[in-house]
Amino acid sequence: MPPRSEPPARLRRFTRAERWVHRATAGLTLLCVATAACLYVPQLAELVGRRHLVVTVHEWSGLLIPAPLLLGLASRAVRADLGRLNRFGPHDRRWLKAALRRDTRHASRPAGKFNAGQKLYAGWLAGAVLVMLGTGLLMWFTGLAPLVWRTSATFVHDWLALAMGVVIAGHVAMALARPESRRGMRTGTVDRAWAEVEHPLWAREFHHRRDLENE
Amino acid sequence: MTETDGAPRSLALGGRGCSNCPVTPPPPTGPADGGAPVGRRLVLGMLGLGAAGLATAPYLQKGLESFLGAAADKDPTGLTGLLPNGGGFRYYSVASSVPRKGPDTYRLTVDGLVDRPATYTLDDLRAMRQTRLVRDVQCVTGWRVPRTPFEGVRLSALLAAAGVRPGAKAVRFTCFDGTYSESLTLRQAGRADVLVALRMRDEPLGHAHGGPARLYVAPMYFYKSAKWLSGITVTSEVRPGYWEKRGYDVDAWVGRSNGRDDAPTV
Repeated sequence: MPPRSEPPARLRRFTRAERWVHRATAGLTLLCVATAACLYVPQLAELVGRRHLVVTVHEWSGLLIPAPLLLGLASRAVRADLGRLNRFGPHDRRWLKAALRRDTRHASRPAGKFNAGQKLYAGWLAGAVLVMLGTGLLMWFTGLAPLVWRTSATFVHDWLALAMGVVIAGHVAMALARPESRRGMRTGTVDRAWAEVEHPLWAREFHHRRDLENE
Repeated sequence: MTETDGAPRSLALGGRGCSNCPVTPPPPTGPADGGAPVGRRLVLGMLGLGAAGLATAPYLQKGLESFLGAAADKDPTGLTGLLPNGGGFRYYSVASSVPRKGPDTYRLTVDGLVDRPATYTLDDLRAMRQTRLVRDVQCVTGWRVPRTPFEGVRLSALLAAAGVRPGAKAVRFTCFDGTYSESLTLRQAGRADVLVALRMRDEPLGHAHGGPARLYVAPMYFYKSAKWLSGITVTSEVRPGYWEKRGYDVDAWVGRSNGRDDAPTV
C-alpha cells in the first residue's frame, strides 16, 4: 500500500464543458436582458432607439439561451450535474429550513455539490426560461395563435421578465459576494477548505474516492 | 510522481480531467444525490403556471390595469410606469437618434401631386384653424391610453391649401428622424379626425412624443401617427411605410386590422 498522500489543496468542481455552457448561457442572457431593458424602459428606449435592430437581437438571443445547455448534454459532467441539481435530499430540506430561519451557521446548512438554494434557482429558472420561450414565440410569430393568446402571452412575458430580472440580479449579486464560487466557475477548481465549509457533503465524496483508491 | 498544482497526479481519474485538475469528482452516487426530483417538479410547475397565466391573463390584466392605473395617478416617483401595463405611453423610435427641432428649425413641406407645394413653419401651422380631439390611443402592441387630447391642423386643410391634382390617390408622410415613413389613402387623409398635431394633453407636443409636430390618425393604430413629421407628399399610389414593410397592415383601423379586436377609437 502506497503512503497516503496529502489531500489536494484544490478540488475539481466544473469541467471545461460546464464552464463554457455557463459562460455562453450567461452571455446570451445578458444580451437578452439588456435588449429587453432597451425595449422596455422609456429612458433607455429613448437613448438607444433602433427599435427594429434591438427587437431582432432580443428575439435571437432569447431563442438561443437554451442552446448551450442542449449542446452541453453531450458532456457526461453536465448531465451528472443536472442530475445533482434535480435531486432534493433530506439535507436540502435542512438547508432550506435554516435559510428560512436566517440561520447562517454552516453546521445547520448541509449541502452537496449544490446547496438547496442553488437547486431551487436552477429549477425555477429553467422553467421560467421555457415559459419565456413559449410566450416569446407567440409574440414573435403572430400567426401562430389567435389574438387573445398573443395578448395573454405579452402579459405573462412582461411580468415573468420582471420576476426573472430580480432573481437573476440576486444570482449575480451572490456571485459578486463569493469570490471562491466565482473562481470555481472561472477556473474549474475550488479551495478544499472552502468546499468543506460550503459544500461539506460534496467535499466528503473526494475522501470516499481516495479511500477507494487506497484500498 | 508528476505533480500539478502541488497535487499528486495519481489522484486524477485516468486522463479524463485536464492537466490542472488535481482531483476529478467521482460519479454522482454518493449520499448527496438521492432524493425527490424537485428540480423537475419546479420546471413542470413553472410550465403549468405559465399555462395558467396564459389562460387567466385577460382577467388578471384587467384587474392589474385598473389597480396600477389608479396607483400611477398617485405615484410621485413614476416607478409604476416601469411596471408592465402600468399605463401611459411608451417611447418607440426606429432611428438611432432624433434631432430636436423648435420654432426656428422646424419645417413641414407639402409637395407631390399638388398645384401649390408649400413649406410651413411652426408659427404658420399655429396660425391655422386648430381642431381638438379627445380619443383613446391604441398601440398595436397592446397598450391603450384613455381619453388623450390632441390638437392641431386638419390634414385635409393642408391638402386643400395645396390643391390636390387629379390622379392623386394617396399621401406619404416622412419624418425628420430620417427613417420613419407612413402613408394613407387620399380618402383616409381627408377624414376630419386626421390631424397634424401640435399639442397633446393640452400642452405643446414634446420631443419624446414626436414634437414639435406629428401626424395624428385617431381611428387607426398608433404607428400610423408618425412622430416628428416633416414631409407630406401626395402620390399616385399607397407606398407602405416603415412598419408596414415589416408586416403591419396599411389600413390600420383599430379593432379591424393586424389581427386585433380592440375597441375602435373613432
